[in-house]
Amino acid sequence: MSKEWPLWEVFIRSQHGLAHKHVGSLHAPDDEMAINNARDVYTRRNEGVGIWVVRAADIVSSSPGDKGALFEPANNKVYRHPTFFPMPQEVKNL
Amino acid sequence: MYAQLVETGLKKVRSLDEMSAEEIDFQARIDAGVKIEPKDWMPEAYRKTLVRQISQHAHSEIVGQLPEANWVTRAPTLERKAVLLAKIQDEAGHGMYLYSAAETLGVSRDQLLDDLHSGKAKYSSIFNYPTLSWADMGAIGWLVDGSAIINQIPLCRCSYGPYARAMVRVCKEESFHARQGYDIMMALCKGTPEQKQMAQDALNRWWWPSLMMFGPSDATSVNSAQSAQWRIKLFSNDELRQRMVDQTVPQAEYLGLRVPDPDLKWNTDTGRYDFGSINWDEFHNVLRGNGPCNRQRLQTRKQAYDDGAWFRDALQAHADKQEAAPQAA
Repeated sequence: MSKEWPLWEVFIRSQHGLAHKHVGSLHAPDDEMAINNARDVYTRRNEGVGIWVVRAADIVSSSPGDKGALFEPANNKVYRHPTFFPMPQEVKNL
Repeated sequence: MYAQLVETGLKKVRSLDEMSAEEIDFQARIDAGVKIEPKDWMPEAYRKTLVRQISQHAHSEIVGQLPEANWVTRAPTLERKAVLLAKIQDEAGHGMYLYSAAETLGVSRDQLLDDLHSGKAKYSSIFNYPTLSWADMGAIGWLVDGSAIINQIPLCRCSYGPYARAMVRVCKEESFHARQGYDIMMALCKGTPEQKQMAQDALNRWWWPSLMMFGPSDATSVNSAQSAQWRIKLFSNDELRQRMVDQTVPQAEYLGLRVPDPDLKWNTDTGRYDFGSINWDEFHNVLRGNGPCNRQRLQTRKQAYDDGAWFRDALQAHADKQEAAPQAA
């Protein structure tokens, strides 16, 4: 029996103008078959107008343990949000 | 259900004072409704239980294609044939979503398939019954897929992210399965007396096995209590079965069919149906491998896999050749 096929992550663009969104994964021996399989597994009901497949091994991911170091600094920068600056009612278009 | 009698490997439900700091934190996240994702820390028993549950579910989708494949070439019209093929293709797709979800827990696809083919892994008892007439395609969609929906909708909210997301996708597609089944039953019940009798016969044979799909009462089961604490089981087997009876009996009445249970009656106090007792000896016997079609199902599945080996090998050979070839300018 042949070796196990690599895992691919599948991203579908649902409509023109929208970003590709991760929908799941599948196994395939090469990129061409990965696209064919993604068509059969993830777009049986016209869910997409475009497919990206990427070898799962090529994706670099943050780990849950890094959550603090990566995302906490944003917590004390509430001034990045427009609601941080209250505006007087009579001032319009801001 | 599609996963029946899932073992947790635990003798009693884990209590707070037995838990490590990591485990307490893990349980707190589940209690707060936070999804657990593949890279998050999780107790080994949670991981193993989920592998068992999701892979049983996946195997059921794959083996579930076989009873219906029996009628593809004998569907009464080209449209019914196209619909049945689309439904069967969905089942394969559901199996793929679920195998992918199981693989995020550190098991390989080949290992999962080996466990199915060797008979080590279980799949739902329901698929070991024969499909004797075209009306069985109606009864399966209506009763079996109907029961699957009742089981799977709560699982869209389960604690493990990849499983919950796979269930959302499955549930969206499953209503088509239930409706195409009921549509077959409606056509037969509006047909000749012989056709209506076919529908009644299919209901007679599939009713009790469908109720068994939910598994025996688990009110006192440690495995179910632990799975409930982990939020990978959200309602008891009895509660889900009761929902199935309550929603299906009026659907049978609309068809003018008789549910084959002399004890079935509306209970005005509970506002639900009372129904007769289930033959659990039959259920356990089917699970042990002695149902009408256990051997045939596994044999057909293995043969399909083996017959496809040359094609998988050819795809691999092509991929190897492409990789070795110098890139064209």
